[in-house]
Amino acid sequence: MSSVPIFVDENWRLPSRGRVGMFSLIIGESAIFTIFVVAYVYYIGRSTYGPTPQILDVPVFNTVCLLSSSITILLAEHAIKHGRMRTFGWWWAATMLLGLEFIAGTAIEWHKLIFEDGLSLRTNLFGTTFYSLVGLHATHVIVGLIGLSLIMAFTLAGRVEQRHAERIQVFSLYWHFVDAVWVVVFTVVYLVGR
Amino acid sequence: MAFLLFLLAASAFAESPPSLPSTLSPVSTPAREILSLSHFVLLITGSIFAVVGGLLIYVIFRFRARGPDSEHEPAQVYGSVQVELAWTVIPVLIVVVLFLTTARIIFAIQDAPEPQSALDVTVVGHQFWWEFRYPKLGIVTANELHIPVSTDSNPAPTYLKLLSADVDHSFWVPQLGGKTDLIPNHPNQMWIDPHTPGLYLGQCAQFCGIEHAKMLLRVYVDSPEQFAAWVKNQEKQGVDDQTVAAGRRVFESQACMNCHTISGTAAKGTFGPDLTHLMSRATIAAGAAANTPDNLRAWIQDPNNFKPGALMPAMQLSDEETNEVVAYLSTLH
Amino acid sequence: MADQILPIPGSLDTAPSRGAAFLEWLHSWVVTVDHKKLGILYIVYALFFLLVAGVEALVIRIQLAIPNNHFVSPEVYNEMFTMHGTTMVFLVGMPILFGFANYLVPLMIGARDMAFPRLNAFSFWMTAFGGLLLYYSFIGGFGLYGMGAAPDVGWWAYAPLTAKAFSPGHNTDYWALALIVSGFGTLGTAINIIATILSMRCRGMTLFRMPLFSWLMLVVSGLTLITITPLTAAQIMLMIDRYLGGHFFDTQAGGSAVVWMHFFWIFGHPEVYVLVLPAFAIANEVIPVFSRKAIFGYPAMVSASVGIAFVSLTVWAHHMFTVGMTSVGNAFFALSTMMVGIPTGIKIFNWLATMWGGKIRFATPMLFCTAFVMQFLMAGLTGIMLSVAPWNWQLHNSYFVIAHFHYVLVGAIVFCIFAAIYYWYPKVTGRMLSEKLGKWHFWLFFIGFHITFDIMHFVGILGMPRSIYTYEADRGWNTLNMIISIGGMIQGAAVLIFVWNLIDSYLHGDAAGNDPWDAWTLEWSTPSPPPAYNFAEDPVVRSRRPLWDLKHPNDPDWKYER
Repeated sequence: MSSVPIFVDENWRLPSRGRVGMFSLIIGESAIFTIFVVAYVYYIGRSTYGPTPQILDVPVFNTVCLLSSSITILLAEHAIKHGRMRTFGWWWAATMLLGLEFIAGTAIEWHKLIFEDGLSLRTNLFGTTFYSLVGLHATHVIVGLIGLSLIMAFTLAGRVEQRHAERIQVFSLYWHFVDAVWVVVFTVVYLVGR
Repeated sequence: MAFLLFLLAASAFAESPPSLPSTLSPVSTPAREILSLSHFVLLITGSIFAVVGGLLIYVIFRFRARGPDSEHEPAQVYGSVQVELAWTVIPVLIVVVLFLTTARIIFAIQDAPEPQSALDVTVVGHQFWWEFRYPKLGIVTANELHIPVSTDSNPAPTYLKLLSADVDHSFWVPQLGGKTDLIPNHPNQMWIDPHTPGLYLGQCAQFCGIEHAKMLLRVYVDSPEQFAAWVKNQEKQGVDDQTVAAGRRVFESQACMNCHTISGTAAKGTFGPDLTHLMSRATIAAGAAANTPDNLRAWIQDPNNFKPGALMPAMQLSDEETNEVVAYLSTLH
Repeated sequence: MADQILPIPGSLDTAPSRGAAFLEWLHSWVVTVDHKKLGILYIVYALFFLLVAGVEALVIRIQLAIPNNHFVSPEVYNEMFTMHGTTMVFLVGMPILFGFANYLVPLMIGARDMAFPRLNAFSFWMTAFGGLLLYYSFIGGFGLYGMGAAPDVGWWAYAPLTAKAFSPGHNTDYWALALIVSGFGTLGTAINIIATILSMRCRGMTLFRMPLFSWLMLVVSGLTLITITPLTAAQIMLMIDRYLGGHFFDTQAGGSAVVWMHFFWIFGHPEVYVLVLPAFAIANEVIPVFSRKAIFGYPAMVSASVGIAFVSLTVWAHHMFTVGMTSVGNAFFALSTMMVGIPTGIKIFNWLATMWGGKIRFATPMLFCTAFVMQFLMAGLTGIMLSVAPWNWQLHNSYFVIAHFHYVLVGAIVFCIFAAIYYWYPKVTGRMLSEKLGKWHFWLFFIGFHITFDIMHFVGILGMPRSIYTYEADRGWNTLNMIISIGGMIQGAAVLIFVWNLIDSYLHGDAAGNDPWDAWTLEWSTPSPPPAYNFAEDPVVRSRRPLWDLKHPNDPDWKYER
């Protein structure tokens, strides 16, 4: 096979499979979210009864936390790339905490909506589309938190090293995706839809 | 006078054999427009098939490997930009022509303005029967639609408003026009203008559950006189024949009246078909069986005899009660 | 490798019993992460369900052979056509095509396995369990009485028929859950194929030197990512409606039945391209080899495939011309559908041009591929007929549509699958399939196919709708239905011959060698079957047909390719 003389291009470099795989997963997940967003947008104002989006309070603090966690995870990626493992550990923990805050804040928001405003998934069309879309996103945040905590555990056990920087970057892509989805969901639900 | 009307009405309902529900025998403008369009499309696609298919047949015979000849590989041709361009441009042109023709007919049929002389009928799809309401005439009937013939000198198109009481259905009578769906909470509209009187067959064309296959349609296109006679009869209250009063009592005291309406009686149910003029129909159960006393009896005893899964329950009447009810229903002309 | 166990002198154990060896062998298949074994698992799984769904089709055809027949009850019939469609799409079409991709793509690009072998195994088992869940529905519910609770709402499961109110049993639930589960498997495989193709090609194999099979599988996998996921989303919404009191498709609460249709067909239309593009992939390999010529217009074929994938995302509402969209909406989808015919037509012309001037050997793979070209041409043309919205208002939901899509699914896709099996079986097993049985299989299946599906166009034009468990005797459809059913039996017989060929040739077929067809892509450079590691040395390539270059050192492809 290699008896055939080769071409000029000696630089045979292909993208990393982890990165390609994660991008592909993100594309697929984006399609799922798109369908839920389309349903939400199409159904705005079409509930025939029950609470309307006016009862929503804009979750500014939650949003700030979640979006900041993208910055902290970026700083973590940077740290591990340069071998600064302690710094990496701290930024990683910060990311986790911000993510946890987001989930806690969402839980508080939902508690109010359910028990004070009487809005649940089954109340009306708005309830259905709201909880489905925001809930789908929250589920993805939780999955991300599980991943974050696993890596945190490995870090605390001293098992994460500089040579894992690329894998950390691939995982971070997922976390950035979750944040990007929140930008869309936030805009559609709390800005446009209200 | 009643007798004459009765004769006239009877002649209207005298069964001429229905024509086959083929898209190739249109009797109404939308169906005819569609058939003409289809001829044009067939011409184009048929030509493409003849040319490309012919080339393929030629290639199969001309270039098959023959014995010793197959020692050497044939000349390797990797492509040709000119050829590729040619067989890209030509299909694009064909698509342009096809699309413009198609668009014209879409707009002609869908956006045709409704004339004053149009008859309005509201069609409500149910599992597994058709409800027909004539709002301006105050008539409610089921499963067999009567509409007037529409001629050039006397245009009388029928505009159907399509609603559904439960799941998706579709109104399809191929000789009268394309089908349009009946979707709950999504009113639709279509129009037909049959120019030849007769009986035209169709059926529900969107799977709607277990007895979708037996949700049949009969459309009677009547001459103006026949239609007027039919309307006059339908506007009357239910026949009140005292000789079958026993049957009427059974009807009103049993669960029948929960689902069915017979005008002039206490029965005002709307879950099932209006039975006021049941005997003016040739079939029962949306075409599942001919309208005869025996079939009526069997149907009332257990609808599963004709239509397993129909939403009407077996009525659990005694034989005597059943006979009385059938006798009563048989007077409802 | 655990296929040879040497007895250790002095040990108490002698050579393992045949039972233990068998269990060992079985276990190796269950835990494998080898793309070749997983590919075979997918294909065998799909072939099994091909037979099952084929039986369902025969039940349908027996019931419809005469008017007002009572072969099966309406409940059973509605389950039959729902399961036939659902099985063929999700448990036959997708698995077998991804199975071929799994087996062949790493070999064709000179890699040793897929990018994520464990994800590969996980994806297969998810698909497999989804299928088992779907079929469990026959014995779930009422048990063996009354055919259980198999899905009976059509494979398109329109709302609100699927709402709890109108489908109180578990039929719809099995449909949604089984497909959600197998959908995750499909997603995993698609990700795997993309990562493999982009990240694991051997040296010298630029994207434009890959075999067209790999190109098409790349396009298919990308399309799958954004096609299956809308279905998963819609099915989650359906389950929320059915079990959590949601109102997505609750028309009384402001929800919309039409929204379900949009979501389903946003999945459903590109899905048929996910099914047909691998058929093109197969034809792109078989036709050149048996015409003894390079594929005509490789770059155009790549562009056309990518073009088809993109345009296919814009045509979905041609399944909804009758639901009451505006005239402008109908016109748009008519146009987009006609446009997707253009790149598709280009591919047909390129195949013709490949065969033109060739020296065509009509071995069984080529018989199937040649029939495929003719049948796909017809299918494409009836598709154009259906794209003409006003004509669609007559033909929608009639047997004309069923004839059209079976022309694509059977006439194009199944024919190419048969071609692929006859072509690559020697590579996978090391044995040739019988040419004699292959020809019997081909001609019988070809004749049966045309008897059934050519006639079926007419019965649709004559007004017969689909999804009906019986029809009236006075509508003029009786004789045609009988003929259609007879054709179905003939196809069934042909498939039995095929299954016999598969089994008998495995035991007694001629030895195949590395390259029985004198082909040109990398998979033919390995022994048959290939060793676990695929290639002894990582290949290095310089053109689209590395083996042609080796066989014709004076006239290599890289001198001519642009």
